[in-house]
Amino acid sequence: MSKVRVLAGTKKGAFILTSDGKREKWEVSGPHFAGWEIYHLKASPVDPNRLYTSQTSGWFGQIIQRSDDGGKTWHQPGTPPGEPTTTPDGMPKGESNKFVYDTVAAPLTTHQFYDGTQHPWEFKRVWHLEPSLSDPDTVYAGVEDAAMFRTTDGGQTWHELAGLRGHGTGAQWAPGAGGMGAHTIVIDPTNHNRIYTAISAAGVFRTDDAGKTWQPMNRGLKSQYMPDPNAEVGFCVHRIAMNAARPNVLFMQLHWNVMRSDDAGESWQLISGNLPSDFGFPIDVHAHEPNTVYVVPIKSDSEHYPPEGKLRVYRSRTGGNEWEALTKGLPQQNCYVNILRDAMAVDALDKCGIYFGTTGGQVYCSPDGGDNWAPIVRDLPPVLSVEVQTLS
Amino acid sequence: MIRVIIPYHLRTLARTGAEVQLEVDGPITQRAILGALEARYPMLRGTIRDHVTQQRRPFLRFFVCEEDWSLEPPDTPLPEVIASGKEPFYIIGAIAGG
Repeated sequence: MSKVRVLAGTKKGAFILTSDGKREKWEVSGPHFAGWEIYHLKASPVDPNRLYTSQTSGWFGQIIQRSDDGGKTWHQPGTPPGEPTTTPDGMPKGESNKFVYDTVAAPLTTHQFYDGTQHPWEFKRVWHLEPSLSDPDTVYAGVEDAAMFRTTDGGQTWHELAGLRGHGTGAQWAPGAGGMGAHTIVIDPTNHNRIYTAISAAGVFRTDDAGKTWQPMNRGLKSQYMPDPNAEVGFCVHRIAMNAARPNVLFMQLHWNVMRSDDAGESWQLISGNLPSDFGFPIDVHAHEPNTVYVVPIKSDSEHYPPEGKLRVYRSRTGGNEWEALTKGLPQQNCYVNILRDAMAVDALDKCGIYFGTTGGQVYCSPDGGDNWAPIVRDLPPVLSVEVQTLS
Repeated sequence: MIRVIIPYHLRTLARTGAEVQLEVDGPITQRAILGALEARYPMLRGTIRDHVTQQRRPFLRFFVCEEDWSLEPPDTPLPEVIASGKEPFYIIGAIAGG
């Protein structure tokens, strides 16, 4: 019997929600790391019991936690519980939380700040953890201020892939409202050396050599805030998504505009079509139907809530442009929550389940591709991220 | 034995109570206490002071005998009551935010 495990990161801890394949009855575990902001937690696709979590605090900084038993117990990878906290020669362990820019490979420069002045790069937190598709000890981390790090030892040590920050356009990158984070990491399942990342507000970058060098992939993007229609970078990309069966096709929720690329990010076309608003944060693709795409329209960048107070997921079965509202089981009046960029996920069961979390603390599940929705939980802290595992 | 009081969230990280007791070699200074604390509880490295610059994180303060020592040089010797363990060294998180 299949199971699903939903990993929800919130403003005040992590929660793990489990159900059988029917996805009707749920067990809730948590809060884990109570009181801490959990930007993201995600499982290794090759070892489903290996979970990684980004735990962060304005007071105490960045912590990385790891579980080797599906979220029952956790430890900081540099200091496993019960083991000596120093090495045999007396050196302290505990490097797992150390994210230091590689200033030898790429000197620290400046980026554009909110007021247009240049501002120094400063590490703040890990926004997104993307475990390798082939090795449970390898994980990519997208961080604020924008850069990418990688661990190859299960989170004990992290090293910057400095070619991204050192790409040369950094002076033109600027923070979005939530900061200047590298928030999306997508690995091509057919070529693990090809990785996409998205940065607010810089745009999409792609590496074809496992992170050594990166190229901007923003041709076709438009922004009302940018006077140069041919700008190479500077776009507030909110999220990109891919179906594993068709890795050259990418879908994007831009700040405004929903976009699609059919050539691995080389160019982008507008697919907003009949959406009531094409502002939003998350976007995802059905697990088995590469042309079925989901977004959650938000009224505007000044009003981060659903149009008309109606929470509607929009589904396109045509790869964009033609969208239908999915409302059954979702509040259709007086709803003013937001759905953040990492707070939507899909499972891999035959009847693909769609999940999203809201800033109002609800996590919704549709066990039938979006036709019907029900809340798994209603009263969590604001949800920052949602991931789902399909377990046999 | 040096006594150190740490804030709630660091207790959960270190899996300890409010007060930890440390052996500290040499002159008893803020740098020596923090170094001993991080050596005993390496999971706290980076949570009190920056990994690289060793600067105090901005939302934390250090108190000694009800006085704020946060801005004192880190190698200034602390009062004898800290060295003797009669009084604890306090690490306090700013009361701000939500």
